[in-house]
Amino acid sequence: MNSEQTAETTVDTAADTTVDTVNQGDREVLVSVSGLKKHFPIMKGVFRRQVGAVRAVDGISFDIYKGETLGLVGESGSGKSTTGKVILQLEQATEGSATFDGIELTETKGEELRKLRPRMQMIFQDPHSSLNPRMTVASIIAEPLREHGKGNAESQRKRIDELLGQVGLSPMHANRYPHEFSGGQRQRIGIARAIALNPDFVVCDEPIAALDVSIQAQVVNLLEELQDDLGLTYLFISHDLSMVRHIADRVAVMYLGRIVELATVDNLYDDPQHPYTQALNSAVPVPDPVVEASRRRQILEGDIPSPSNPPPGCVFNTRCPLAEDRCRTEVPEWRDIGGGHYVACHLVDDKSA
Amino acid sequence: MLEVSNLATEFHTPDGVVHAVNGIDFELRQGEFLGVVGESGSGKSVTMMSLLRLIPMPPGKIVSGSAMFDGDDLLEMETSDLRKVRGGKIGFIFQDPMTSLNPVLTVGKQIGESLKLHTDATTRDAKRRSLELLELVGIPDAEQRLKSYPHELSGGMRQRVMIAIALACSPKVIIADEPTTALDVTIQAQIIEIVRDLRTKLGTAVIWITHDLGVVAGLADRVIVMYGGRIVEEARVADLYATPQHPYTRGLLRSIPRLDQKGSDLQTIEGQPPSLRKAPVGCSFAPRCEFAFDRCLTDTPQLTTVGFEHRSACWWDLDNERPRDEL
Repeated sequence: MNSEQTAETTVDTAADTTVDTVNQGDREVLVSVSGLKKHFPIMKGVFRRQVGAVRAVDGISFDIYKGETLGLVGESGSGKSTTGKVILQLEQATEGSATFDGIELTETKGEELRKLRPRMQMIFQDPHSSLNPRMTVASIIAEPLREHGKGNAESQRKRIDELLGQVGLSPMHANRYPHEFSGGQRQRIGIARAIALNPDFVVCDEPIAALDVSIQAQVVNLLEELQDDLGLTYLFISHDLSMVRHIADRVAVMYLGRIVELATVDNLYDDPQHPYTQALNSAVPVPDPVVEASRRRQILEGDIPSPSNPPPGCVFNTRCPLAEDRCRTEVPEWRDIGGGHYVACHLVDDKSA
Repeated sequence: MLEVSNLATEFHTPDGVVHAVNGIDFELRQGEFLGVVGESGSGKSVTMMSLLRLIPMPPGKIVSGSAMFDGDDLLEMETSDLRKVRGGKIGFIFQDPMTSLNPVLTVGKQIGESLKLHTDATTRDAKRRSLELLELVGIPDAEQRLKSYPHELSGGMRQRVMIAIALACSPKVIIADEPTTALDVTIQAQIIEIVRDLRTKLGTAVIWITHDLGVVAGLADRVIVMYGGRIVEEARVADLYATPQHPYTRGLLRSIPRLDQKGSDLQTIEGQPPSLRKAPVGCSFAPRCEFAFDRCLTDTPQLTTVGFEHRSACWWDLDNERPRDEL
């Protein structure tokens, strides 16, 4: 973020904010999602009539503050990746709103949206399929610069070297092809591409899921460094609860298209309120035989229901050990039970002061 | 009960030789739960596949070694005898239950197949036993499920069917290759609970291959850590996590975050996993090791006893911070 590049990028102002982790009250909201839904239609028959819908995301609301990392955890099919894509307008929302820096994204189209793109980027899960095998590393990283007309060939060249350095690769790597790199290095290339345009907001969609254990920490540390240096805001989507505890400031837990709980990291892991969060936490093995020997595991029965036919009432009622009658009929309200700890469960009481 | 010594497996590809497993020794005791931990390319799966000669040959080739099981060498045995061992005395559970079950046969057929092949069970016996097995692995509605095809079951249910098949002939050993890796964490917890329960009931020895140090912590009696086609450390589970003696094991444990602890800085193991194309000279971890010195690049360290039932293959003595003396 130094040299002449800064002058050329028009959208740099927001990235310069360095005050992040002040108290919640005066924190600036960067991304705000409200009542967001994404239903994929199921078509059938000769006339391709819609016979139903997969409710991938079914009415979720949350804010992401400037400079924070919001973890989004959930099992496969919970809708966490779709959420990331809908926010970035890679998928069109069915209903609801998503704003970025006060701009309503669901109503922004075409050229206007394209102008916003440099500020919102994505890091993908699979570094094998998200890099074009026929492009050199330099052209992969330069693509966003060219696409958005940042600088000339000479300054782009400089920027590429700078980016490669930032992600822990060397300028020497610029003319190689993706297949010459290991998974971890490839993910670094993907990260360089994502930060090339000095974004404010980056959706990290399972960025470490495809990597070996010893490489995961390298990539996570890199993401944290970049966040500090560039003032990035992350939506960190992952199924790895341990890693999310490490990297996130706040965490949202998704189940079957809904967010069931959202709280600060400490609250979510040390004082989980929703029965699903509690079960999820207890299911994650801890790499310590002493701890494991004394842990009480709460085993959930059954499987996650189909999102094309979610159960009525609370989506978790079919597996919830505490479910009561009203859980099967009434959708629990999404509410703040105190101190920014949100839960959607009939059985959770508000925290008394 | 199972004793493997000096096992080495290579793959001869058009681009050169891949040294997947480079001479490893270990044993499995009666009723023991042995965890085998390693990253991709560490040779953990190839090792276990080699034992039952399940690797495609060519390009694979078992270069040396023996695997004594019940008095016979699995690597020398006639193929017809080996078939009786596979799925009979040794059961196998694979990572992906979708590709390892036959999509056009019902669950009942697939369990029965194994029974009829290895025992003199009649169709009727096989059906009764299949039913028992499905109930044993906690599949609800077992009678109905016998008639189901794999695609009609969820991932967790399919993995239970795989376990049922592996258990069908009351094996002495079950080799499970990343059996929960493809599953969600709540489903993984279900499977782990079943396995734990079955062990106490049946006393089968288990070799559980995984990349997840968390999973074996709560399950295993002993753990083997593999890197670059070799065993780098072997210890009882408590010792391995409390006092790891190999820099790789120690680095790995420090690089994984824990759910039960607040975020502290993650230490990293710098560098990349080794290329298996180079002939294995010296310690394969040396290029990434903070303690590496001259000897590590030329001499291959052998597994040495460093504590009670605790062996490590490293020239550096982590505790005393000096090179180990002649081994």
